[in-house]
Amino acid sequence: MKTFSLTLAAAGLSAMLAAAIAPLHADEAKVAAALKEAFKRAPEDWAGRIQPDETMKTCSKTNNSPSAEQAKAIEAREKATIKYPADGKLLGDWKEGEKIAQSGYGMRFTDYPPRNPNGGNCYACHQITKQEVSFGTIGPSLLEYGKIRKFSEADTKAAYEKIYNSHASFPCSLMPRFGTNGVLDIDAVKHLTALLMSPDSPVNK
Amino acid sequence: MLAMTIVVAGSTAHVAAQQSADAEQAAVERELEKYRKMMRDDPWSNPALLDADRGEELWKKPAGPKNVSLEKCDLGKGPGVVDGAFAELPRYFEDAKRVMDVETRILYCREQLQGIDHAEFLKNPHPGGGARVKDIGAIATYVASKSNGKTFAAKLDKPEERAAVELGKELFNARMGPFDFSCTTCHAESGKRIRLQPLPYLSKPDEAKKVVGEWPAYRVSSTHVMTMQHRVLDCFWQMRMHRIEFGSEASNALIAYMVKTAQGGEINAPGMKR
Repeated sequence: MKTFSLTLAAAGLSAMLAAAIAPLHADEAKVAAALKEAFKRAPEDWAGRIQPDETMKTCSKTNNSPSAEQAKAIEAREKATIKYPADGKLLGDWKEGEKIAQSGYGMRFTDYPPRNPNGGNCYACHQITKQEVSFGTIGPSLLEYGKIRKFSEADTKAAYEKIYNSHASFPCSLMPRFGTNGVLDIDAVKHLTALLMSPDSPVNK
Repeated sequence: MLAMTIVVAGSTAHVAAQQSADAEQAAVERELEKYRKMMRDDPWSNPALLDADRGEELWKKPAGPKNVSLEKCDLGKGPGVVDGAFAELPRYFEDAKRVMDVETRILYCREQLQGIDHAEFLKNPHPGGGARVKDIGAIATYVASKSNGKTFAAKLDKPEERAAVELGKELFNARMGPFDFSCTTCHAESGKRIRLQPLPYLSKPDEAKKVVGEWPAYRVSSTHVMTMQHRVLDCFWQMRMHRIEFGSEASNALIAYMVKTAQGGEINAPGMKR
């Protein structure tokens, strides 16, 4: 009995010490509760915006550096969400693609009810054409994207997939999952694919 | 050989466009720096000082159902002490049993001391473009200005404060919304920019120290003072999230995390931003 209470006391003491020394770790439930309170005035159909799916949970938890095993699971899971055009044609109109790449419109709380189609805001992070000098540097430069890849069919498909869901190629990529998350529809993804992969596109001039 | 020429030509075009963008960016920065220098040479030229004056008046004038001033408000250094109080916020307040930043604390004092009901304010706590900052923001600007030139000295070492900083860090990393963004999408690397706007790496003390102490700031593009609560909301807008609740645990945790990272940095408030 004495041993038992001593053990208990020791356990209590070490727990206290741990609380005093170890950094306090906010668990997932606490983050979820804080987000729920923080966005309590959001419309009901926005509830999903604070609920991370498995992929986002892994990416947030690992600071976007998943283990090899986690990366494999993400690739498979995200690849399965990619939808392709019924007729198999992946190249749309690069001129439409340029408009989508320039536009940051869509899904912000000031964008409702929608007045314009959603943009991809690609220039916020990528250099894309020589003509547009106001571009961000969070993502890699896409200058001459198609030309460098010799406009190959395989690379066209890969580009379509990266725009639709970049995590299928780069697990925990910083880029939005434009197709999977319903930001851009199949036609919009095709237009952006054309911007990158069409020989006439200013990207490749 | 042909392939090589194409690659070389490609990279030359790339380099040229990059150089021209860099040159343009450098020119914009030089102009902005001139502007900031003019402001430093004449500190009275920052329009935010008008709001600081208004804030001082609001602090000292009796108001609300109880018709008292805020001069008994305890910002952490004792009732009525404004000098240097901002430099030690956010902090845990025993009376409210929570960690509060300057704006949350001012709101609390107005409720407790003056009996003001903020239900309407909380629905729309920030000014639109062109409108002046609301009263709590003006008072926050006044309070911050009374720590101008001091260094951030919020200890944030009480268990509740450490928990807030830890929660803030988790929130900073948490990806959410239809664009899968988190604070780290834009603020987790040095030298990056969105379009032409340079982005501070806010988890890095050297970079946090330079920018966190500039808020509240007069924002030239929106022609009003933007407070830190408003600035955080603005990031969530870009992240395709809803209006983050003013003074919520989450927004205070994020502010606590940024201030903790900026500890030792100089306060230059009210600042002046693009």
